[in-house]
Amino acid sequence: MTAAFDRPPKVLVTKIGLDGHDRGSRIVASFLRDAGMEVVYTPPWQPVPAVVKLAIEEDVDVIGISSLATDHLLVPKLMDALAAADASDIAVVVGGIVPDDDEAALKKAGVAAVFHPGSAKENIVSTVTALAAKARAQRAAT
Amino acid sequence: MTQKPDDFVDAHERWQAEYAAGIGNDQPRVNRSGIPVKPLYTPDDWDDSRYMTDLGYPGDLPATRGIYATMHRGRPWSQRQLVGLDTPAAYNARMRGLMDAGATALSMIPCNSVYRGFDVDEVDPVLLGTCGTTINTVDDMTTCLDGIPIERVSIGLNDPLPFTLLALLTATAKRRNVPLSAISGTSNQSDYLSHFIANHMFFRLALPGSRRVFVDHVAFARDRLPKWNPVSVVGQHMQQAGATPAEAMAFTLSSAIQYAEDCIARGLDPDEFLPRFTFFFDISISFFEEVAKFRAGRRIWARLTRERFKAKDPRAWRFKFHAQTSGVDLTRQQPLNNVARVAIQAMAGILGGLQSLHTDAYDEVLSTPTEEAARIAVATQNVLREEAHLADVIDPLGGSYYIETLTNEMEEKILAVMAKVEEAGGMFRAASAGLVQQMIGESAVAFQEKVEQGAETIVGVNAYKVEEDARHRPVLKRPDTAEIDGQVARLKAFKKDRSGRAVAAALDGLARAAEDERLNVFAAVVEAADAGATHGEICARLRREVGFGEPLVVA
Repeated sequence: MTAAFDRPPKVLVTKIGLDGHDRGSRIVASFLRDAGMEVVYTPPWQPVPAVVKLAIEEDVDVIGISSLATDHLLVPKLMDALAAADASDIAVVVGGIVPDDDEAALKKAGVAAVFHPGSAKENIVSTVTALAAKARAQRAAT
Repeated sequence: MTQKPDDFVDAHERWQAEYAAGIGNDQPRVNRSGIPVKPLYTPDDWDDSRYMTDLGYPGDLPATRGIYATMHRGRPWSQRQLVGLDTPAAYNARMRGLMDAGATALSMIPCNSVYRGFDVDEVDPVLLGTCGTTINTVDDMTTCLDGIPIERVSIGLNDPLPFTLLALLTATAKRRNVPLSAISGTSNQSDYLSHFIANHMFFRLALPGSRRVFVDHVAFARDRLPKWNPVSVVGQHMQQAGATPAEAMAFTLSSAIQYAEDCIARGLDPDEFLPRFTFFFDISISFFEEVAKFRAGRRIWARLTRERFKAKDPRAWRFKFHAQTSGVDLTRQQPLNNVARVAIQAMAGILGGLQSLHTDAYDEVLSTPTEEAARIAVATQNVLREEAHLADVIDPLGGSYYIETLTNEMEEKILAVMAKVEEAGGMFRAASAGLVQQMIGESAVAFQEKVEQGAETIVGVNAYKVEEDARHRPVLKRPDTAEIDGQVARLKAFKKDRSGRAVAAALDGLARAAEDERLNVFAAVVEAADAGATHGEICARLRREVGFGEPLVVA
């Protein structure tokens, strides 16, 4: 962990929408924990408002949404809800089965990174670490 | 093992010396289930003196070589492609196309909203029809099956309990004047324990209520749907979630034991219900390991059913299984490579003696499969059967020193895991306590670590990477929003046209059945569907009575 963190990056790993496949989210949660981050993990099917509430309550730096079966289509609504709650400093990343066209739409909605199947652990860890640092800096500045 | 002649011993020693000299630094190799794999297998490992105890003949005990005397030569495996997308009308069009392409049985994947127990008017429309078909009413089911001879085609329903799709199917049959006794197929997703453990998508009633509805559904099928297989015990979810092949087989057999015991406790006769148990497995790309997994599982089941459940009817000993090629092994990188992977996985399943096969579309790692990719998946099966002639010889790998040794070793591994579950009080308790979830989670992480370290090669992911372009990434057409809006409107119209009084009475009947152990809950589900209750209404009412199933998340 870099010196930029007085406490480890905090990440909410969750699934929104209807699907319950959670192998990906569990593995990523375990990788992030192994890398020294604090991970808040939830069961699948979280409603968007519940994710926003939990992210703010837990004061997380990054939200990781895992999507296998098109639930990422709800992520733009999550971005809007975060903005409405004045929590846009929290970075949102999406991992899973995300077709190219959808990825473009997610990026446009403000998603910071999309991880596809086969993404290396190192890449996920370093990206999330950098995003967490940025989120903290942004919060400290306001 | 029989005494080996001198020339065998000499030759073996010569080879060993040459191998040791030639190989240099020989790294131990271990399969996914943790079994060390040697460079060579010989009659020192397995020989024909064990033929009758280990193998016997197909259709005969110990069942290693197959459950029928004729196997694929008598009847090729069913090509059962999972299909589900969009609206009922779109499903019907695609299903007819696949049947023209050679599919011999049909399957139905409902929309995720259906899996969660909702009707189309209860969820965000952006998610509707993207992964499965929006089936809520008897009208929807009738549209799905329009022009399909349901009295002749076997139907696999991805239908978790309370089995509303099956109930809607019976209502459609009634409309079409097809007797229930003619309806054949399988409740593919009756294994609620596997949903609770590994695929939370399906889990929609609390565990004790699930247990009750499950057994009632088996009893209903016995009485009213003689050609229906009410039980499919599913190892697929657990292997996809990360269980090793041996663990997945072990957990599946442990679940089957649990279900059999629950049926017996209800007073059902093993010789009556066991012949209608089927299994559903994942086929990974670990080729020989998968073949051995299936052969070992078949042998264990044949023994279990006789010794533990005292089944006398040989049909009760048969380990009938459907298998699906593993989506987890497919890669987004260089996606056309997946066509090769699927063919190899399918071969392992076929040589393992499956009865029914779903081959994945190469693009399922990119999106819900496109039509062309789905067609290639069907063609792959046709090629394996009719060009490669995989259906010509029964258990063609039988007698291989390696396969027989590995089958025995897999059997030992599987039995060891089953013993752990047994020690925990059986599968219902082991799952309730999170034991199984924990083991699966650990195996998933351990495998991923191997991939990260390069100990397990995945072509295009951690080896043989190439500069990628998006040319081979097919573009999926998402359901037309107008079509989805139409579906919501049809549901509204359906509700308006039906007798509200009949629906209310049927739903009250369902609630009464849920409270009264002497009544059959699934029979009440069937009556409600027939009276015009929707899928969502039935699930909601039952949830109110028996509780919603929250997954036990072990992370």
